[in-house]
Amino acid sequence: MFKTKIIIATVAALIGLGSVAQAQDHGSTPHIERQPWSFAGIFGTYDEHQLQRGFQVFREVCASCHSARLLAFRNLNEEGGPGFSEEQVKALAAEYEVADATAVDGVRPAVPADRWPSPFANDQEARDANGGALPPDFSVLAKARGVSDPFPTWAFNYFTGYQEGGPDYIHALLNGYHEEVPETAPEGFELPDGKYYNDYFPGHAIGMAPPIADGSVTYEPGEDGQTVPETLEQYSTDVAAFMMWTAEPHLAGRKQTGFVVLLFLVGFAALMWATKRKIWAGIEH
Amino acid sequence: MSEHSTYTPNNAVEKWFDDRLPVVRFAKEHLMDFPTPKNLNYFWTFGAILVMCLGIQIVTGIILAMHYTPNVAMAFDSVEHIRRDVNGGRMIQAFHAVGASMFFVALYIHIFRGMYYGSYKAPREILWILGVLIFLLTMATAFMGYVLPWGQMSGWAAQVITNIFSYIPIVGTPLLELLRGGFTVGNPTLNRFFSLHYLLPFVIAAVVALHIWALHVPGNNNPVGVDVKSSRDTVPFHPYYTMKDLFGMVLFLIPFVWFAFFAPDILGHPDNYVMYNSQVTPSHIVPEWYFLPFYAILRAIDFNFLFINSGLLGVIFFGASILILFFLPWLDTSKVRSGNFRPMFKWFFLIFLVNFIALTYLGAAPAEGIYVILAKICTAYYFIHFLVILPVLSRIETPAPLPTSISESVLGKAHA
Repeated sequence: MFKTKIIIATVAALIGLGSVAQAQDHGSTPHIERQPWSFAGIFGTYDEHQLQRGFQVFREVCASCHSARLLAFRNLNEEGGPGFSEEQVKALAAEYEVADATAVDGVRPAVPADRWPSPFANDQEARDANGGALPPDFSVLAKARGVSDPFPTWAFNYFTGYQEGGPDYIHALLNGYHEEVPETAPEGFELPDGKYYNDYFPGHAIGMAPPIADGSVTYEPGEDGQTVPETLEQYSTDVAAFMMWTAEPHLAGRKQTGFVVLLFLVGFAALMWATKRKIWAGIEH
Repeated sequence: MSEHSTYTPNNAVEKWFDDRLPVVRFAKEHLMDFPTPKNLNYFWTFGAILVMCLGIQIVTGIILAMHYTPNVAMAFDSVEHIRRDVNGGRMIQAFHAVGASMFFVALYIHIFRGMYYGSYKAPREILWILGVLIFLLTMATAFMGYVLPWGQMSGWAAQVITNIFSYIPIVGTPLLELLRGGFTVGNPTLNRFFSLHYLLPFVIAAVVALHIWALHVPGNNNPVGVDVKSSRDTVPFHPYYTMKDLFGMVLFLIPFVWFAFFAPDILGHPDNYVMYNSQVTPSHIVPEWYFLPFYAILRAIDFNFLFINSGLLGVIFFGASILILFFLPWLDTSKVRSGNFRPMFKWFFLIFLVNFIALTYLGAAPAEGIYVILAKICTAYYFIHFLVILPVLSRIETPAPLPTSISESVLGKAHA
């Protein structure tokens, strides 16, 4: 009886607090929609083709300004990733040059063990080339961004294992540009020179010009002749998925191990419970 | 409890050994035959669960330290290196990071169990005080560990928390510089935090040993809170409680691995995946969830009182909110231990618990609008509970009749 009351009171108190939290919402930032990611949920894994497309977008568009210093070429043919072959990765790496003090002229062609070469030598150079704004590194960027949910939702996230706030945000950001400051902007908003208006960027004034538009990347049709739309929506989804992979390349393996461990523990707990009952059977307690 | 020994050596070798170092005798008396009340519920398995948590943190931590680099330029990447390149590294790292949260889950349950069942009352005051000491040491260790990945939250947490000490009069600034190893949070800070983060768990382990020693002098408290009267009230620790504790541990590991494998980042903050930059302040600096109630108390004090400025006053309340726990055995003078037999205390305990959860929530909320007022109310109630409600309750409350013994209460329940 007492326990039921505790639970009811606690839940009531939490709901009370939750409604307070919802009351203050930011009017100028629209709600970020959750995307149907293939890697979401406990059974989710990356879609090889999507990662390959995302990699293409990254390589042809993003990589000219953004670094990915923790990404190694060899990651590209690891299990659970974009699924390139070893030869493909070797050939790809050879197209790039990396700094190596021991090589003649200080540079040599990259090998699969090398990390992705950065487009700029240092932060200052990167800023100079980008109107003072520093393009963030892609290595773990998808995990460094998130969506903050109002009360009951975030509590449920613990049980659904929702970890896709980063890709959701990136997808929204890439689709959140306006050519002119829209009416939804906060009152008295003035866009500084060289900045762009984005619905989802904190403060709305982003230094990055709209990086991709419909048709800016050409996707190869699949072996079965299937094509993927060459739209901003598609590009942004693919590159966000790729960035999630960059940040968490071993996600599939992690979940796989998790299932084995969890199943073992549940079975083990059942056996332990039976043993415990057997031992205690003769004791009134 | 150990006056009459249950150990007799089986042969001459055992006898020879026992005469010189009675470690087997000790194990037999304290780990196997130790008489334990037979009515302990599952809240009592959290002691063993906490020992397991400490063990997991120490083992995973030692392995992490083999691959981690405590240098401001390399720390962030070295943690990622562990996740990406070290064999099994992402599991070990996830277990260590999630383990810190699970440690505090178990710790809070253990503490609130002690509060509800009056486990701090005579003759267990020292046991309780050692427990509060472990709580303090664990908080310090967790805080320093959180700084090591050198993300934005790590660095700014170090900044904010060390800054608290600067409000202490006279010694404040020297103390701040000592903690940071300089004027700002930098490489010396990271290095000393790493060193202490490696040291403190072993200090905790030592205090845990004292905690268990202090437990084994009077023996366990129990859900009805009456003393053990005869051997009919108890069962030997092994196999009854070893089995029950092991079951509790395995059960506890299920949510543990759920987080470690399926949601390893959900208990952290996205900003900590951005390397620390002293020039860029994150929009919300929030500590890890387990510090939130105390952080809320620190922030709630934003006013001056007489000659004390708000900074110092905040520190006083922040410190007092934890230090007050040391005095709990003398604030609650009711002779009845278990909340089950205290009709009024039961409800005030519940309100205190809800208030504590509210403080946790408020610690994460932005310091604006209604939250500021709510945080003040909850902070006030936190202290009123200890300083007014508990002493007054002890005097005015009429406890329900206690069973004469554990056996009687157990039998009463069985035949009811």
